[in-house]
Amino acid sequence: MTDKVEDHSDTVIDTVSDTVSEFSVLIGGIAGDGINEAGLTVSRLLSRLGYCIYMYYDYPSLIRGGHNFSIVRAARGTIAAHSDRIDVMIALNQETVERHRVRLKDSSFVIYDDDKVTLEGSGLSGCGLPVTGILKEAFALPVMKNSCILGSFARAVGIDWAVLEEVLKKHVPKRLEQNLLVARRGYDRADPFCTLPRNRIQAEQMAGAEGRRQEGNLSRPLPILSGNQAIGLGLIAAGLGAYVAYPMTPSSSLLDFLARQAGRFGLKVIHPENEIAVMLMAQGFAYAGVRAAVGTSGGGFCLMAEGLSLSGMAEMPVVVVMAQRAGPSTGLPTYTAQSDLNFIASAGQGEFPRFVVAPGDAAQAYYWSGVALNLAWRYQIPSFILTDKTVSEGQYSFDLGAAADPGEAAVDLWDGQGEFLRYKFTESGVSPLAFPPVEGQAVKTDSYMHDEKGITTEDAAFTRMMTDKRLLKGRSLAAELEGYETVLCHHPVASSRGPAGDPGPSGGGGVKSQQSQPGRTALLCWGSNQGVCREAAGRLGLIVVSVLVLQPFPVGKVKDALQGVERMIVVECNATGQLAALVESLGIKISDRILKYDGRPFSIEDLLSELGRVLT
Amino acid sequence: MNPKDLLSPARNTWCPGCGNFSILNAVRSVLAEMDGEGYPLERTVLVAGIGCHAKIVDYLNVNSFYSIHGRTIPVATAIKLANPDLNVICFSGDGDSLAEGLDHLIFAAKRNIDITVILHDNRVYGLTTGQYTPTSPMGFKGRSTPEGSFEQPINPAELMLDAGATYIARGYSHGIEQLQRLIKEAVSHRGFSFLDVLQVCVSYNNLYESYNKWTYTAEGNDSGSKQEARRIIGSWNYDRSDVPIPLGRFYQAHSPRFDQHFSMDRPDGAERGRRIAGLLENFI
Repeated sequence: MTDKVEDHSDTVIDTVSDTVSEFSVLIGGIAGDGINEAGLTVSRLLSRLGYCIYMYYDYPSLIRGGHNFSIVRAARGTIAAHSDRIDVMIALNQETVERHRVRLKDSSFVIYDDDKVTLEGSGLSGCGLPVTGILKEAFALPVMKNSCILGSFARAVGIDWAVLEEVLKKHVPKRLEQNLLVARRGYDRADPFCTLPRNRIQAEQMAGAEGRRQEGNLSRPLPILSGNQAIGLGLIAAGLGAYVAYPMTPSSSLLDFLARQAGRFGLKVIHPENEIAVMLMAQGFAYAGVRAAVGTSGGGFCLMAEGLSLSGMAEMPVVVVMAQRAGPSTGLPTYTAQSDLNFIASAGQGEFPRFVVAPGDAAQAYYWSGVALNLAWRYQIPSFILTDKTVSEGQYSFDLGAAADPGEAAVDLWDGQGEFLRYKFTESGVSPLAFPPVEGQAVKTDSYMHDEKGITTEDAAFTRMMTDKRLLKGRSLAAELEGYETVLCHHPVASSRGPAGDPGPSGGGGVKSQQSQPGRTALLCWGSNQGVCREAAGRLGLIVVSVLVLQPFPVGKVKDALQGVERMIVVECNATGQLAALVESLGIKISDRILKYDGRPFSIEDLLSELGRVLT
Repeated sequence: MNPKDLLSPARNTWCPGCGNFSILNAVRSVLAEMDGEGYPLERTVLVAGIGCHAKIVDYLNVNSFYSIHGRTIPVATAIKLANPDLNVICFSGDGDSLAEGLDHLIFAAKRNIDITVILHDNRVYGLTTGQYTPTSPMGFKGRSTPEGSFEQPINPAELMLDAGATYIARGYSHGIEQLQRLIKEAVSHRGFSFLDVLQVCVSYNNLYESYNKWTYTAEGNDSGSKQEARRIIGSWNYDRSDVPIPLGRFYQAHSPRFDQHFSMDRPDGAERGRRIAGLLENFI
């Protein structure tokens, strides 16, 4: 294996053939240029051609200035990772060209603002636009330059004007006519680069999975959602009544989203004084029978730890959306990490059960967020949705029809017979709930050790019995989880095509030898690395075992998935291999650790390169 | 309703002579009385922090959330938002709400959330056996300040006036009739009500003699005037034991409440599903 990243010849654009299996666009500029929104427009355009989308958005922690970029990747099948092999670059400034030159192929095409960018001496080819002049002619505002340059992008890759017009009409909130005008000027002045063929595979694959193969659905583009938005919708589907959060990147966009949707779904969305109040408010809601969730990142979660322990003792259901970023402390606020697994698994004084799930894309985020809320209420425990910046702020094509529906699971309610005992001993450990007002009954909850009624006691026998009761709930939860797909196992399939789970024509280059021993080597991952692991493993013919539920840890299912595996490589975005340590403590041997802790997620090429190094 | 019916079977462990008994008895009488006046007992929820004060919720057979130190108000706020028909009363201590949970107290006043805070203000940490609190006078010799504290006390009533509380009063644990009247006023008030109760800790800060000498009931004051409230509240700053200490209602006003702004209409599962599908159209 050489250090050189494998050239994926199948991605080279052929202007006439129908063989494009993936296509990547990078758009870069300064903070304040609207790079995220421009990336979304590119995503929506490519989505309308029938491709599945994943968008990575990279930005520093500041409001104006600094370098921002988005990488939009379009592929025939479901994806959840970005590629460093860029087909088209949209450069709003010279820095974009300089920084990302390394991501370009010989065939790549650059669309750029002629007033700010030159390709002279770079050996690159592309199309420069006199953006300032175009805006001036149209009496347009400087903020409209993106419409102009996206018009050129559409033309360059062969997207019909009508498609772009429809996207802008739908998504430009202000001064639509002027935006359309400058977009049209940009469209008319661009040089063609290729003609991206329409892809019908996405719709067929997704529709086929659910037996929804009506013709009408096939060409319908999918919505593009961030992981945080998918979490919000999954929580709503499972009956969320209140969301409480203090802003902290990368969880803030969930607060913003739910605050905007509060009216539509009858949510109570509160932004209180700090995360301590957040965690306690969630439990006030739970006491009164309202399903509540909170959201934060590591630093904010530190403040929630005392309230978390209260949730454990008082048996107050609460969902914590914990979006990791690179730490310790303030760390890299806008960059990714998976370094809080140990913290989340053990936060809070005392011993009490918890549920921790780490979704790897929007569809999993939607389903498992709903499940997390349902399980929090069924077992009256804290439930974590452990994401990171990659999942929370990444954008994914999302098919509601194909996504599993978490629904709103029923909870065990008091039957109204006799005296209400909030902490009644039962076979499952779960005490039936009642919410005030209940005539003739007092509903009592307590952070102290308590009796069945909820009155403080320091009695030795009650202390032991109540502790056993809480731990029993954990075992009941683990038993129910046996019926869920808590561990995903992907075996290499030699015959399939497309980025998700196949070797593709270019295969793995220097590590092709692995394909002669399929099933012997496995990648073990969790959370956001699922997508990149599946693609890299697909190209190299490796197994991927991704652990979705991290507590209660599905020991049996992980061991089953690893049957026959001789070599196990753990892939994580942290410096110590936290999942690896957990798995090793269970007696499973880890051969290698591929760890990335620079705040950036693995691209396909990053991981292939690391695997090449490890497997040589 | 007979106030005796409100007692739980829990054994009372306060020290004999503790000022908390007065608050317990006053609250029992008020809740029993109000049960027949449009405040049915099952709609009352008591929230307590941690400290001697907090045991009150164990002693009352009333809905309760026995929270953690300093964290009564966020719990109470959410209970009120979840169900505005509930009548939510926080019992808190001076260490509880003025030290550990001061941020929540200020924000509750700022929001004018319709809950009541009854501050068991004994000016000492009792359960941790005698340390100075935010309302202890400068020079207070406690276990953590053996040479005397080097800090001026907070005047919580003044703080609440500035933060936006719409009912502010002070009671004393010797003076049960006045205490009952103030508790009833505070609970009936629509908006954030704050009742500071000079509650004597017989074990670590016995101020009965001083309070009996210096407290008086403010009468004829215009409690609708912020300026007058400021004058009365400022006449004693918890720093001296040789000036008159006013009791009674200092301030009452009516302004928009936080809890008025939240929808109670939540669509059912099927309707939520339709609305999710509809919303997703915006993301295409």
